[in-house]
Amino acid sequence: MDTPQTQQFKIIGTRPVRHDGLDKVIGRAKYGADYAFPGMLYGKVLRSTLAHARIKSINAEKALRLPGVKAVVTHADFAPQTTAPVYRMGGEAAINPLYLACNILSKDKVLFVGHGVAAVAATSPHIAEEALALIEVEYEPLPMVLDLLEAMKPGAPILNPDVRRKSAPDEQTNIAGEFQFKRGDIEAGFKAADIIVEREFRTEMVHQGYIEPPNALGIFPGDGHATVYTSTQGPFDVRIMSATLLGLPEGSVKVIPAEIGGGFGAKLTVHIEPIALLLSKASGGRPVKMVMTRTEMMRGATGPTSGSILKVKMGAMKEGKIVAAKAWFAYEAGAFPGSPVWLGCFTGLSPYNIENFLVDGYDVLINKPKTTSYRAPGATNAAFAVECVVDELAQRCGMDPLDLRIKNASREGTASVMGPKFPRIGFVEVCEAIKNSDHYRTPLAQVPGKYRGRGVATGFWINGGMQSSAIVNVHADGTASLVTGSVDIGGSRASTAMVVAEVLGLRAEDVRPAVADTDSIGYTDGTGGSRVAFATGLAAYQAAHDVVRQLKERAAKIWEITAEDVDWTDGKAISRKNGVAPLSLKELAPRLTRTGGPVTGRANVYATGVGPSFAGCLVDVEIDPETAKVQVLRCTVVQDVGKAIHPSYVEGQMQGGTVQGLGWALNEEYVYDEKGTLRNASFLDYRMPTCLDLPMIDPVIVEVANPGHPLGVRGVGEVSIVPPPAAVANAVSMAVGTRITDLPVSPPRLFKVLSAKRG
Amino acid sequence: MAKKQLVETTINGEPTEFLCEPRQSLLESLRDILGLTGSKEGCLTGDCGACTVLVDGRPVCSCLMLGMEASGKNITTVEGLAEGTQLHPLQQKFLEDASLQCGICTPGFLMSAKSLLDRNSKPTEAEIRYALAGNLCRCTGYDKIVRAVQDAAKVLQSR
Repeated sequence: MDTPQTQQFKIIGTRPVRHDGLDKVIGRAKYGADYAFPGMLYGKVLRSTLAHARIKSINAEKALRLPGVKAVVTHADFAPQTTAPVYRMGGEAAINPLYLACNILSKDKVLFVGHGVAAVAATSPHIAEEALALIEVEYEPLPMVLDLLEAMKPGAPILNPDVRRKSAPDEQTNIAGEFQFKRGDIEAGFKAADIIVEREFRTEMVHQGYIEPPNALGIFPGDGHATVYTSTQGPFDVRIMSATLLGLPEGSVKVIPAEIGGGFGAKLTVHIEPIALLLSKASGGRPVKMVMTRTEMMRGATGPTSGSILKVKMGAMKEGKIVAAKAWFAYEAGAFPGSPVWLGCFTGLSPYNIENFLVDGYDVLINKPKTTSYRAPGATNAAFAVECVVDELAQRCGMDPLDLRIKNASREGTASVMGPKFPRIGFVEVCEAIKNSDHYRTPLAQVPGKYRGRGVATGFWINGGMQSSAIVNVHADGTASLVTGSVDIGGSRASTAMVVAEVLGLRAEDVRPAVADTDSIGYTDGTGGSRVAFATGLAAYQAAHDVVRQLKERAAKIWEITAEDVDWTDGKAISRKNGVAPLSLKELAPRLTRTGGPVTGRANVYATGVGPSFAGCLVDVEIDPETAKVQVLRCTVVQDVGKAIHPSYVEGQMQGGTVQGLGWALNEEYVYDEKGTLRNASFLDYRMPTCLDLPMIDPVIVEVANPGHPLGVRGVGEVSIVPPPAAVANAVSMAVGTRITDLPVSPPRLFKVLSAKRG
Repeated sequence: MAKKQLVETTINGEPTEFLCEPRQSLLESLRDILGLTGSKEGCLTGDCGACTVLVDGRPVCSCLMLGMEASGKNITTVEGLAEGTQLHPLQQKFLEDASLQCGICTPGFLMSAKSLLDRNSKPTEAEIRYALAGNLCRCTGYDKIVRAVQDAAKVLQSR
């Protein structure tokens, strides 16, 4: 049998037009906000203007008297919740239902500016907005904490009186989680080291920045069955969360996933879906549509990712061998526990084979919105710190930064920070591909009057497997359809359909992919963790092979032989026996009716064999000394993807993740005033990269096949965001001759660095 | 609430009449009154460009224009970009060059790019980037969008 490394493909590796593309260029694709029903109402949420306060009373009488207003709901309308965990993702992730409900609509305290307090349904969005202004909320202001280090100190204002550290079970604290990974003897390691670099870094909260506002259309007539149309990454996540908050059995909620306008991890949870259902129930079952405003989603409850303080100390021998590392990571959780700090702890040092290390991580409550996932959650912060220190180590050792990485690189068999040994991974190949790139081989030219620098950094992401379901239907005309439960956020319908086409010997366009609702397909975990091409691709592969098994039986019936005597090669059934002409799917399909009826292939998988991903980013920058603006001149991204099913969409993921990382590096940050109000809650002031800010982003695909997948596929979506902030910081550090330790490297921050240098 | 007003306009070449409240934006009028949901809402503050339509040939954020202001104008939305089943070269190249991932920004990019190519048939990369700077995309990093506009310009030049 072919191994993943040696397989030759006909469809995989080609670049067909995506199946869902036409609808998207002619304006016909239906996103969540595009749905409308007769009698539909519009929902809006009243949000807190205080960062920390007790709610003394909520009076909605005036709002309910406004013509057109049909319902007002609050937290009390949810089914009563406890902190007992509800498991999702096959038990790998737990929801705290009380925290989830309190985050969506606050129970007795508001914990950040933008925290939901009440919601209104009315006959138009304008009336709903007018009604919000008529709801009277009486608050008792409480002391707030907005600084990460302050929040960690004893005596800080406490967000949640029930939170305790294991080490101090009697003291209230904002430290909601502590994580530690260690190996070897770090004191001995640092003692032996010739060179030690120690730095402290700081990053601010950043938003995922998807262009489509979160939306939900809920229909809940009170007959025990609820329906939600929504743009979500995780229809089954929306199902369990909505059912839990409404007190319904999971199967009583049907989630119909609409097209989704970006998510980057933030749309794996519920933001307004349960509210739309509450409002629908309270208004007699009328459909209720909700669409968040941009300010609401940035200031409010959709969740950015954590700001952080990161202390990293690394020791190396003169010849570049890293012998000890110590890391201390504190991440802002926001108003409820659950920052991705443990993933930062896990991923930050894992690219390197280090004998002695100690990593400590802290999940810290603070009066800012609850954070949620953002592409490779937690990894970018940690890598920013580690990769800057590694760069400085290379400088101090007088080594090429990639040679130092290759010398210390994790390889197959190296134990990751968590302990388990890596399977075959491509970190060394990624580093070598950067070294061999035209970009790296072309020296950076300096120009008078500007500072120029080049920086490189790498990153690691674990990738996800978990559960997926797939159905392949064979049609009488010899085409097929593929039904999965994986919402397509960037081309996964095309890639999974290509897998089916490869197995069945069809053209990519002859396999029509569809994403089904939660009643119409088996359980499927969310579109996150870089898992869809890998795990749903595996389900599609197995479902296609289930079709092959049945087609072999049909061919055997036609040929009057047994199925064991039929092979499936190059998309054709071939008889081992009597020399008859092979039968392709196209030829077999019209004969299915008379040989037993329709053929449907099916697969449900819990995908193990996950292949971790590594990426690298190489960036040239130019700084204007007058304005301190950093311009990216050239950028190359290298990533080990295992096997690129549709290379164009793989490149797209690499380029898109890189640019999100560049935005994080250069301009994006949450800016708060002293009252805890986010001051830059719009796309004008929260400055994401535009077309004009960027050069072309050159992608280099590395394919080190994942031995855990029949086609060699690894995940592809996330890891590219991890290296750019460190790569930019390293480039700017080189350009200006001062180590950059705070993100973003925006003009106001860099201007201070340049001014200090000038004296 | 002020009374609804009759607006007489032309949308995608069709004479069109609709009733709207004075406070309703053109975007809201297109989407919620006329059912033309191809124009997307991303920010409602004119910062993301997802709602871009052409008004008498000029790109406009339809979230910043009132529905009543469409009176007597010629409005083109993404639904009117193709000629029947014949895709505009921009649409064709966006598909071939994999220039969309989630696709929510695509209608706005297509309309801004059409406006550019209508004015300038041989834009440089810098001119393309300048013309599209009012449209945000968070998925692609813009690389494949810029390339599609370059490729579409070549198709139009060869006609």
